[in-house]
Amino acid sequence: MMKTIRLSIIGFGAVGQGVARVLLDKKDLLEDMGLDFRVVAVADSRTAVVDMDGVDLNVALSRKRDEGLVGSDRIRGIEIIEDIDHELVVETTPTNIVTGGAGLENMLVAFKNGKDVVTSNKGPLAIRYSELIKTSEKSGTRLRFEATVGGAMPVLNLAREVLAGNSITNVEGIFNGTCNYILTRMMEEHAPYEQMLAEAQELGYAETDPTYDVEGIDTACKLVILANSIFGMNATYEDVTVAGITRITPEALLLAQNDGYVVKLIGEINDSRINVAPKLVPMFHPLAVGGSLNVASIQTDLAGPITVTGRGAGSIETASAILSDMISIYRD
Amino acid sequence: MRVSMDIELKDIPGQLILALRPVSEYKGNLISVVHHHEKRTPRGTIPVQLVFEIKPENLNNIISSLEDSGIGIARVDEKIYFEHGAVILIGHIVHTDIQDTIDTIDNTGYAEVVDLNLSMPKVKMPSSASLKIDAVSKEDLTSAIQILKEIAKKKDLLVIEPIQSQLGAT
Repeated sequence: MMKTIRLSIIGFGAVGQGVARVLLDKKDLLEDMGLDFRVVAVADSRTAVVDMDGVDLNVALSRKRDEGLVGSDRIRGIEIIEDIDHELVVETTPTNIVTGGAGLENMLVAFKNGKDVVTSNKGPLAIRYSELIKTSEKSGTRLRFEATVGGAMPVLNLAREVLAGNSITNVEGIFNGTCNYILTRMMEEHAPYEQMLAEAQELGYAETDPTYDVEGIDTACKLVILANSIFGMNATYEDVTVAGITRITPEALLLAQNDGYVVKLIGEINDSRINVAPKLVPMFHPLAVGGSLNVASIQTDLAGPITVTGRGAGSIETASAILSDMISIYRD
Repeated sequence: MRVSMDIELKDIPGQLILALRPVSEYKGNLISVVHHHEKRTPRGTIPVQLVFEIKPENLNNIISSLEDSGIGIARVDEKIYFEHGAVILIGHIVHTDIQDTIDTIDNTGYAEVVDLNLSMPKVKMPSSASLKIDAVSKEDLTSAIQILKEIAKKKDLLVIEPIQSQLGAT
């Protein structure tokens, strides 16, 4: 029997568009599972398109590409969440780590209106985790956020579901592809940080203002989400000790290499601390992945160490994590 | 601290137990006993090698106690470094008194800086160094690195330490 789930996509940047593409590509597969995801509204920061019979996602994507806007309706994302009848909000607005941004309000309003939320938006979860969880529980709605940590790489659901029954004692990994790219390239080219940052910016791996990535803030936010969701902590950004990669020199990388190490920006959680810092990783250790890859090693009491690696960013890759959350909510 | 000791026993029954009793009396933790019964020293005694963990203040008590029992002590080596660690430092390493940085580790008594590689690209540019630290145990290595991090903080140096699983803390 086919189950129809009406959803809105709030935020139509790289990730929101990735979700639209993935829904088009996977339509048959989803139908085989008995799931009909019907997008009834798509909103970007200025416009929206609403159609209760289902928005034509091909049209929405090409309009966004050609005109820079998704539709002609002047209705805001939050109004869609409040006023339009649907079950699921896919929240993919840009992240704001200081205030939580539009995303925080969107999620809270979604719960109050009885709507489930699947999101890739780190900011709200990093700063108001417990409030979001409580509000969602109170309204009997569901909140899933695999895409906030490690992009396509499964970490949260791996730890919470697949490894259920294990106690997790420690998580260590690389959670920021930009830093990994810069450090990998510095080592390969024996080049200074500034030069490889410029290269990363040129290739679109780093933002014009790279602070958020290179100072370890992005990694810290992901650790807060991990700490809260899989360690049951009640942590905020202030609980994380953070050092970034801006002081790393090519000479230091060479010295490390001579001793058999690579340098990586490592995020680490255990029962006593949450920490982001550049660390020495033995060259053949599973955490020593190159390029812009992410990696996480989860230390468990029964299964021992479990290590996963994958792409930490990208439109389709992040949409993959969102889709898996959507399916896991509605499949049963 | 960890102590390795070569002792010599008379070839009569009950000597080994006599030699081990003081270690246990002074709350030492015996790591290994190698009893070379087939061998003889030129003095006709049997060489035995003991390795144990002990609080530093109790070592002399053990030694006296062994001597009182007539057991010969051929060698005592207090420093056995079983753990080897590496860290990288970045910053104005030389100008912030590198000797002092190294001394602080060496003065712990349980860890030592055994190797230093320094790279100074240009005057006034931050330099980089790799330090190898030997320590008596894993815990000692962890705490030596912790001490190093505290000095580094005061001197505004960045410390890059090995990942946790490398330190064996997991």
